[in-house]
Amino acid sequence: MEKKLILRGLLAGAVAGLAAFVFARIFAEPLIGRAVDYESARDTAQAALDQAAGTPVSGGEHEIFTRAVQANAGIGLGMIVLGAAMGALTAVVYAVCLGRTGRIRPRVLALLVAAGGFAGFYLMPFLKYPANPPSIGHEDTIRDRSNLYLAMVGCSIVLLVLAVWLGRRLAVRYGNWNATLLAGAGYAVGIGLVMWGLPDAGELAANVEVYGHHATETPLPLENARGTIVFPGFPADDLYRFRLYSVLAQALLWGCLGLVLGPLAERLLARDLPASPRPT
Amino acid sequence: MSSLSASPAIPVPVVLSAARAAAWLTGTAVLALLVYYFIGVDQGAYSVLGNDTHIHEFVHDARHFLGFPCH
Repeated sequence: MEKKLILRGLLAGAVAGLAAFVFARIFAEPLIGRAVDYESARDTAQAALDQAAGTPVSGGEHEIFTRAVQANAGIGLGMIVLGAAMGALTAVVYAVCLGRTGRIRPRVLALLVAAGGFAGFYLMPFLKYPANPPSIGHEDTIRDRSNLYLAMVGCSIVLLVLAVWLGRRLAVRYGNWNATLLAGAGYAVGIGLVMWGLPDAGELAANVEVYGHHATETPLPLENARGTIVFPGFPADDLYRFRLYSVLAQALLWGCLGLVLGPLAERLLARDLPASPRPT
Repeated sequence: MSSLSASPAIPVPVVLSAARAAAWLTGTAVLALLVYYFIGVDQGAYSVLGNDTHIHEFVHDARHFLGFPCH
């Protein structure tokens, strides 16, 4: 049973990843391309400023894969493989939850588990550390930013599991509706405290030293020695749309995953467990 | 209509025998998290493959768009 469920999770996840890839190819790639262009133009402007000021010019990165490969095969493989992995993980959690989470239809349970994955793996971490297009993110802080992001992911998942456990316990006393509200409120307070406690990316020591106090690492305008702006900051509309599309793509991924896995799992359960006792 | 009421609309109380399923479930979860790590994190903040950046560069766009910190 568990093997069949995992296989269906893999399949549902790959389909979901494919849908998210198609969305990304159409909506995100033009933005990513513009962000890469902005980054190289900015590097050129920075090099010219450095040369004028007589400071050493830092060398550019060399290209391993062309933009065409990254923008088609790369993002396609990345999203489909990650979708399949998240599908398998969702199936594992689903298998553990089956029969342990009260009277929920198997199909609805699949949607709930996928919704939990969306919130735990992506949405809650995003609220604190949102997705960034190329050219946002300083090389020196990659380790700190990764650790902080993974800490957010870990905390949001652990708190989600605790909230479900708490909700199940409270349901005996307060009923499903009120128990869900109470557990949800507890989750909001818990994740809020974590977000409050973790530092903003812009406030990392390496950033404050070079750029002063800012909430994020979004590139500000470049100024020459006289304080005249010679290169603009990162375009705000592109940043907004990149983040919006990032959320939509993940909602699409986890939504498809739940919608495909639900019926597949329900049919499997009805077929393989016909003799299960049914409540009358 | 009787077939409708006997359809899976009624929750099926399934509790997998934990002992037998545990190996499969744990193994799958570990593999899935490894994939998450290689798509999202490796060859950035951490690198188990040394200085190589082929994975990072190949899935570069996906990494940005999926919300992972990059560069």
